[in-house]
Amino acid sequence: MRGAGRGHGTITIPLWIWVFAAAGGFFILLPLAAMVTRVNWPQFVPLVTSVPSLTALGLSLRTSAVSTVLCLVLGVPLAMVLARGQFPGQRLLRSLVLLPLVLPPVVGGIALLYTFGRRGLLGSSLSVLGIQITFSTTAVVLAQTFVALPFLVLSLEGSLRSAGTRYEAAAATLGAGPGTVLRRVTLPLVLPGLASGAVLAFARSLGEFGATLTFAGSLEGVTRTLPLEIYLQRETDPDTAVALSLVLVLIAVVIVGLTFRRTTSGLLKSGRTRDA
Amino acid sequence: MSPHSARIRPRRLSRAFLHRRPTHLAGLTCGLLLCTVLAGCGSPGVGTTGTGSAPATGASPRTGSASAGADLSGTLTVFAAASLKSTFTDLATKFESDHPSSRIRLSFAGSSDLVTQISEGAPADVFASADNANMSKLETASLLAAASANFASNVLTIAVPPGNPAGIGSFKDLGRSGVKVVVCAPQVPCGAAAAKVEQATGSTVKPVSEESSVTDVLGKVSSGEADAGLVYVTDARGAGSKVTAIDFPEAAKAVNTYPIATVAGSPHKELAAAFIALVTGPVGQKVLLAAGFGKP
Repeated sequence: MRGAGRGHGTITIPLWIWVFAAAGGFFILLPLAAMVTRVNWPQFVPLVTSVPSLTALGLSLRTSAVSTVLCLVLGVPLAMVLARGQFPGQRLLRSLVLLPLVLPPVVGGIALLYTFGRRGLLGSSLSVLGIQITFSTTAVVLAQTFVALPFLVLSLEGSLRSAGTRYEAAAATLGAGPGTVLRRVTLPLVLPGLASGAVLAFARSLGEFGATLTFAGSLEGVTRTLPLEIYLQRETDPDTAVALSLVLVLIAVVIVGLTFRRTTSGLLKSGRTRDA
Repeated sequence: MSPHSARIRPRRLSRAFLHRRPTHLAGLTCGLLLCTVLAGCGSPGVGTTGTGSAPATGASPRTGSASAGADLSGTLTVFAAASLKSTFTDLATKFESDHPSSRIRLSFAGSSDLVTQISEGAPADVFASADNANMSKLETASLLAAASANFASNVLTIAVPPGNPAGIGSFKDLGRSGVKVVVCAPQVPCGAAAAKVEQATGSTVKPVSEESSVTDVLGKVSSGEADAGLVYVTDARGAGSKVTAIDFPEAAKAVNTYPIATVAGSPHKELAAAFIALVTGPVGQKVLLAAGFGKP
């Protein structure tokens, strides 16, 4: 309706929107650029390839990968239930599930401590069994999953809703059982949303700091992920901190950039061809 | 639906403006940056210890304080190590009641954080550090108005959860297998002190976590996650009944000294000197000793 009367498809954006958009872009990019100006380039490679740096980077990548898998295992069913199910308290459940998004991560860490800690809700039973989660890599994964899960749920639920239920209904009419509908229709349909949700979850896990520090502690090779290493190095060695920050930014840019390109073009097609 | 003409107008306008966009953007960006800078000054952590003292109740000089308090006015920004939070809050209130037309704004953080902020141009008038290493960073950068003065000292203690579940009695007990000990990382002052004690005693502690701040160590102990943590005497005392402190004689091997100084370029040098005099003087010393600090 809007474009049709004017004779061409693109909608002209008001100038003031451009101005504010540019300001928004600057607001995000300028601090990153400022950081780049402080990088000690001659020492960059030795700084980021030192043993503590590589240990922290490896730990971050490993734990974030595990957290993303955990997010998929827990988040896909959660998103399905929220998008397709009908039950009392559904809206309340959605708001609560999204809570870690708005919660300061430190608060998340405290909550996890009171759950899985030695004197926590579940932790006291676990410690009877000789399991202590705090100060372990498991604690890092739990902290990351806690903060990253809403990203996956939100992204997937949005995809499920916009995909609608027409194809699912059609498949069901043609005799497909709920499991077949899920595997052959629903999941291929929302694959882009699922992928971008997983990437967001991975990126969020990679950047997790507050909950990890509060709940897991900080020990090289066990719980000290890259953000914690940056925080610590900043105390005595700002050059290393800045260099590692840049590494984290680059990883984030590469992951998010690659996946969003794929989700907008490639994944949709691959989802369809696999289905055909 | 809006009339046709109303839809064309904005587009014409936008085209006209399009050529001037760079100027607009530059102006807006500058404005935005200014906003950010200004907002940064009022960021959390900087608080005014407002006692609500009414400005100039009569012209008569206050009885009780013999100093030339009436002349000292203005707002003094004090950056102080996190471990000084309760004592400096007290002292600032005292200072404001001695000098009613003055205000003290306090910002507490880790000493190295504060050094970074001051180096980047944060408007601090006075800096109180938890160790000499951080103070000398400012000194070598010529960011001090005058030499610093030591005003307190602090030693480590073992903090354990109430009831001392792991039965810790000495520094050596921290090395026992199965005891979950949390310390500060060697990069931060409390961790450096812990390493010094370890070296001096020849015993090694295998911590389950090396935290970035004393607060994090205390948190792990008071929540019962850790069996013991190495913190400063004042931190353990400040935590009240949430932790029990077990003093150990080897702590004397690593005494941390707290220096205070006026920052170079401070427009309130007189006010700064008066505040430093309060901290290093008998009133300040009394407050500091009561909190568990030692003589400098």
